[in-house]
Amino acid sequence: MAGENLLDIRGVETFYGNIRALNGVDVSVKEGEIVALIGANGAGKSTLMMTIFGAPRARSGTITFAGTDITRMPTHEIARMRIAQSPEGRRIFPRMTVMENLQMGASLDNLKYYNEDVEKVFTLFPRLKERIGQRGGTLSGGEQQMLSIGRALMARPKLLLLDEPSLGLAPLIVRQIFDAIRELNRTEGLTVFLVEQNAFGALKLAARGYVMVNGNVTMSGSGKELLANPEVRAAYLEGGHH
Amino acid sequence: MAVTVSPSSGAAARPITRAIRESLFAGVISFGLFFLLIGLKTDQNIRNELVLVQRWGLLAAVVLITMAGRFLYVAFGQPALERRKAAQANAPASTAEPGFIRRNFNAIGIAALFLFPILVVSTAGLQGSLKWVDNFGIQILIYVMLAWGLNIVVGLAGLLDLGYVAFYAVGAYAYALLGSHFGLSFWILLPCAGLMAAFWGVILGFPVLRLRGDYLAIVTLAFGEIIRLVLINWREVTNGSAGISGIPKVSFFGLMSFNISDDNYIGKVLEIAPSGAYYKIFLYYLILLLCLLTAFVTIRLRRMPVGRAWEALREDEIACRSLGINTTTTKLTAFATGAMFGGFAGSFFAARQGFVSPESFVFIESAIILAIVVLGGMGSLGGIAVAAAVMIGGTEILRELDFLKAIFGRDFTPELYRMLLFGIAMVVVMLWKPRGFVGSREPTAFLKERRAVSGSFTKEGHG
Repeated sequence: MAGENLLDIRGVETFYGNIRALNGVDVSVKEGEIVALIGANGAGKSTLMMTIFGAPRARSGTITFAGTDITRMPTHEIARMRIAQSPEGRRIFPRMTVMENLQMGASLDNLKYYNEDVEKVFTLFPRLKERIGQRGGTLSGGEQQMLSIGRALMARPKLLLLDEPSLGLAPLIVRQIFDAIRELNRTEGLTVFLVEQNAFGALKLAARGYVMVNGNVTMSGSGKELLANPEVRAAYLEGGHH
Repeated sequence: MAVTVSPSSGAAARPITRAIRESLFAGVISFGLFFLLIGLKTDQNIRNELVLVQRWGLLAAVVLITMAGRFLYVAFGQPALERRKAAQANAPASTAEPGFIRRNFNAIGIAALFLFPILVVSTAGLQGSLKWVDNFGIQILIYVMLAWGLNIVVGLAGLLDLGYVAFYAVGAYAYALLGSHFGLSFWILLPCAGLMAAFWGVILGFPVLRLRGDYLAIVTLAFGEIIRLVLINWREVTNGSAGISGIPKVSFFGLMSFNISDDNYIGKVLEIAPSGAYYKIFLYYLILLLCLLTAFVTIRLRRMPVGRAWEALREDEIACRSLGINTTTTKLTAFATGAMFGGFAGSFFAARQGFVSPESFVFIESAIILAIVVLGGMGSLGGIAVAAAVMIGGTEILRELDFLKAIFGRDFTPELYRMLLFGIAMVVVMLWKPRGFVGSREPTAFLKERRAVSGSFTKEGHG
C-alpha cells in the first residue's frame, strides 16, 4: 500500500495553543481517487485540511506528498508542489474581478497555460463566464464557491483539496458543484480530497471515505460501505438529507 | 441647524419663502449660541485688569453667514439634491458614454501640468511666477509623489504604514549628507537615496512581516519616530535639530548650473537675465517627471506578477499563500518599492530646500500623506493626485485669503485653521464618498490576455 499513495498522512497531531485538535490522524489518498472526510462541526476536518498546507503546522507525525515529506515546508512551497485548495470560507479575492481571481490561481506557471485553463474553467462553470468582469465579493455564494474551485484548478493541481464546497448553498447548486468534481475526476483523473458535513452527497461522490470524531479518524471504508453503515447513518445521515 | 419644517407645511410652502423663514430661525439660534461665545470676549487691559471686549461686528458677520448658508441650502441646495435623486431614480443604470474630458482625463491633466509654468510665467511674469510654481506646483507634486509611493504599500498591498515619512527623511538626509560632504551630483545621489530608502524599507519590513492592520500601523508609527529621533540625537552626523544647510543645488544634467556665481550659470550660457525662477521651473519639471516615473512604474507593476500578488495580498493573505505566493517577499518588495519612491521624493525635497532638519519629518507629514491616499481612493493614481491638489493646494490658498481679515479681524490668520479645514474636508469626503474620490479600481485581467512570459512572441495566433 505504501508508495502508491499520492498523499499520506501518518499520525498527525495538531494543536491550537494547548488544545489538541488532531489526535494522531492517519489518512491516505491514492492517485486518481476522490476521498471524502466527513464529521460533525468541530471534529477537526478543516484543521486537517489546513495542516496539510502547514498552517497550523503538525506538531508530530508526517505528511508525505508524491514521495516528498511536506510536513515542515512553508505554505507557498507546499502549494508549488501542485496541491491546490478551495479553503474553508472560499477565500476568494473580493475586490478583484472573476478574471483576476482566476489569474491569481495561474501565478505558479506565470500564466503560461492561462488562456486554455480559463476556457476549461468556463466550460466547467459556465456561470462564471457570465460574471467575468464582476468583482468577486459581489458574486452569490454558489458562484463564489465555483470561483474558488476554478481558481484552485488554474494552478493545474495534482491534488485538489475542497473544504466544505456545499456549505450554505442551495441543493441545486450543490449538485452542480459535485457534478463538476465528478466530471474532473473522470475526464482528467484529478485526485480530490474533500471535507464535508453533507455526508450523503460526499460519500456518494467519493470512492472512499473517512469519518472523523473529536480529532480522531474513527471509521474508514468505501463510500458505499460507509453509506450503509448503521452508525454513520445514525450520526450523519438520518433526518433530513435530500 | 436643528430647524426643520414639518412635511405638511413644508410641502406646500415654496422653497424661497421656506428658505427665508428657516434662515431667520437659523439666525436667531446662531445669535443665541454665539452671543456669549463670540460677541463678548474677556481680555486684559494695560493695567492687568480683566475687561470685556465687545465684538458686535464679528458676531453679526457669523450670524449673517449662518443665515445665508441656511438660505442657500434650503432654497437651492435641497431642491437640487431632490431633483438629482429623482433623476437618478428615473434613469436606472444608464451607463452613458463618458464625455471627452472624462475619457481623456489623464492625458489632459498631464498636458496641463506640462503647460502650467509657461502659463504662469506668461501671465504673472518671471518673478511673479515663483510663488505659483514653487508653493503650489512643486509643493503639490512632492505630495503627489509621496502619496503615490505610499499607495503601493497601503493602496495596493494593503499594509497600513503610518511611518512613511521615515523613508522621505532617509532620502533627504542621504542627499544632504552625501551631497554636501562628497560633492556628488544630484543625478548620482537620486538613485542612491532611492536605494537607501528601499534598504530601510526592507529593514522595517522584516520585523513586521507577521503583523497586520492595527498592530502593523503602530509598529510603523514607532519606526517613523525612531528615524526622526535618531536624526535629532545623532549630532555628529546629522547636526541634530539644527539640521544641514548648504545642500548643493541640482544642475541641469551637469551642463548648466543654477548658481549665479558659477561660470556655466544658466543666465550666462543662454544669455538671459538672471532670475531665481529658472531653478524653480526646472525643479517643477524635475518633480513632474519623477511623479510620472512613479505612476508609470506603478501601472506597469500592477500588470506584473508582483503587482498582482500585492493586490491579492491586500485581499486575503491566507488565500495568497495557498496559491503558492511567497508572502514574505511580496511584502518586502512592497515596502521596498514604496520606500524607494519616498527616498526619491526626499532627495528632491533636500535639493529644493537646500536645507533639511528633523522638523520636516514629523508624524503629521505621514498622516497627511496617508490622508491623501485614503481621500483619493486607495489604489487610484488619478484620485490621489486630485486629493493632493485639493489638500495641499487648499492649505496654500488659505494663505492668500486676505479678505477674511476684513471679516474676522486683523489678527485672524487663516493658516492656523489649516488642520481644522483638513479635518472637515476629510469628514465630508468620507461621508460623501467612503471609498475616496475614485473608489473603483481598474481590472488588470481580461479574457484574452497576452501571455506574460516571453513565449508570447514565439507563438502566433494569440491576443
